[in-house]
Amino acid sequence: MTPAKQVIADAIPGSKKQDPILRVDGLRREFGGLVAVDIAHLEVQRGAITALIGPNGAGKTTAFNLMSGFDTPTNGTSEFDGVDITGVQGHELAQRGMVRTFQLTRVLTRLTVLENMMLGAVGQIGEKPWTSPFRFLWTKQEDEIRERSEALLKRFKLDHVAGEYAGNISGGQRKLLEMARALMVEPRLVMLDEPMAGVNPALKQSLLGHVKNLQSEGMSVLFIEHDMDMVHEIADWVVVMAEGRLIAEGTPDQISSNRAVVDAYLGEHQGTSFLEDA
Amino acid sequence: MNWELIFSNAVYVAFSSSAAAYALIAIGINVHIGYTGLLNFGQAGFAAAGAYGMAIPLATFGWHWTAAIGSSIFFAILLALLLGAPTLRLRSDYLAIVTIAAAEIIRISMMSVRFTWLTGGTDGKKGFADFLVDSNPFGDNRYQFFAQSVNGYSLYITIIGWILVAIFGSLVYFMMRGPWGRVLRGIREDETAVRSLGKSVTKFKMQSLVLGGVIGAVGGIILASEKQSAQPMEYGTTLTFFAFTIVILGGLATARGPIIGAVIFWFILQFVDNVLEQATRNEVVPTWVVNGNNFGQVKFILAGFALALLVVFRPQGIYGNKREMSFDSR
Repeated sequence: MTPAKQVIADAIPGSKKQDPILRVDGLRREFGGLVAVDIAHLEVQRGAITALIGPNGAGKTTAFNLMSGFDTPTNGTSEFDGVDITGVQGHELAQRGMVRTFQLTRVLTRLTVLENMMLGAVGQIGEKPWTSPFRFLWTKQEDEIRERSEALLKRFKLDHVAGEYAGNISGGQRKLLEMARALMVEPRLVMLDEPMAGVNPALKQSLLGHVKNLQSEGMSVLFIEHDMDMVHEIADWVVVMAEGRLIAEGTPDQISSNRAVVDAYLGEHQGTSFLEDA
Repeated sequence: MNWELIFSNAVYVAFSSSAAAYALIAIGINVHIGYTGLLNFGQAGFAAAGAYGMAIPLATFGWHWTAAIGSSIFFAILLALLLGAPTLRLRSDYLAIVTIAAAEIIRISMMSVRFTWLTGGTDGKKGFADFLVDSNPFGDNRYQFFAQSVNGYSLYITIIGWILVAIFGSLVYFMMRGPWGRVLRGIREDETAVRSLGKSVTKFKMQSLVLGGVIGAVGGIILASEKQSAQPMEYGTTLTFFAFTIVILGGLATARGPIIGAVIFWFILQFVDNVLEQATRNEVVPTWVVNGNNFGQVKFILAGFALALLVVFRPQGIYGNKREMSFDSR
């Protein structure tokens, strides 16, 4: 077990981090009259595991979509690793090292597990229609990609199903495959949308281990989670959203004693918005 | 009943230039629907773009045949870009609607009286096949295939057609085997996932639409060359649906599927046609079942039934993988 890295920052929403890998400003998404996300400022610390929590409908996934370029914000700017990425599309962000997974796993069912992995590598020479038919152009790179895929599959204990169609493997294995496949992109920031949802306790532990591994390999992790125990176990820093806004930030311990968070989850102030008395 | 003629004619048609043209059109549609999951219901439009794109410059403007074939491919690419640009970012149903409409627009425009000088109207565009007639090495001779006689020109186009099928069939096979084909198959399964892995999905879909469209256009060229006439009625929705049937028959997303599918499809259609024709002529079946006037319709009923049986008992097609059918693609 690697000791959790310290995130030295103030425990207030939108606080400055020492070395942010991701920074968003005035991020806002409206669906008609509804404001789904309205984040004034958020910084995600490099090298840390940051959890994004909040009650259902808080706008976590929408915020995720906005940050990863899968949805266009109504307003707002964002910066990844010091470079402005406002308006950059999702696939381009992935190429630049910001990869995401999905709440409902998205494996490519009629491709084999190995093909799912190999597809994930970026900068493939053979991905042009005019290079694809000529094997000699890309065979060397393909071998390297295959080796890397097989190594990752081994690490995620999927090597025995490498030749199976991804549609034939179990739900838990799909979760693992999706995470492993994301690593083929060689990301610097991994964004996981509820990686532990709907998996059994044993697999949860294994997924936890994999997430921690990402950190020890130098990647930054931002993940959405519901289970506070999980958050306590692996997160260095927690960001809490409710009603589309950030309501709290801090270490897991600070968050579990935060009144606004408890209110948001338990609905103590029923019928009134907790933002009003903040 | 002349069974030798029935069989030799059905086999001839199964390997005729029409079958080769349909095989090409089906190879194109297989790139779209089979490998990429693009719902293109307007493949006939691409075939028409190919046929008229060659016929008009040759017959009306006196271009060299190489330039005319270039024009044919140019129009197929242009059509793919026009159809793809507004629709490929949207859900797949939109492409289906736009393609079927575009194909009909092309066909009806070609029939337009106002442009008869250019398109040949309902009679079709003729007078472009001189370069083929002149280069035909078989001359006007007739060749005998069992009870079926074949003229030299048809034989020539048939050979060209199947050579093109071999070229484009293997091109698609090799392209799909490489990393590019892997991305297309990934898009077919879940384009959002592929996007999250850093692929520009829209670009790949456009490339697929262009490739399949161009192959469809080549099919259209063969279709027009055989008859030495580009006939607007030939490029109706029936052509698209025949091509779909061929692909499903042979096996979606298989390289050999559309080729063997075209052969089987045309064999069944022609075999049923011949049997009915002979049966009515020799009064083997009572006329209240089928007579000389309605056997054309009855042919399609029976052929449709036979094809339906094939699909029921072999849903994955001839070369398809049954395991792929066993789970939902979502």
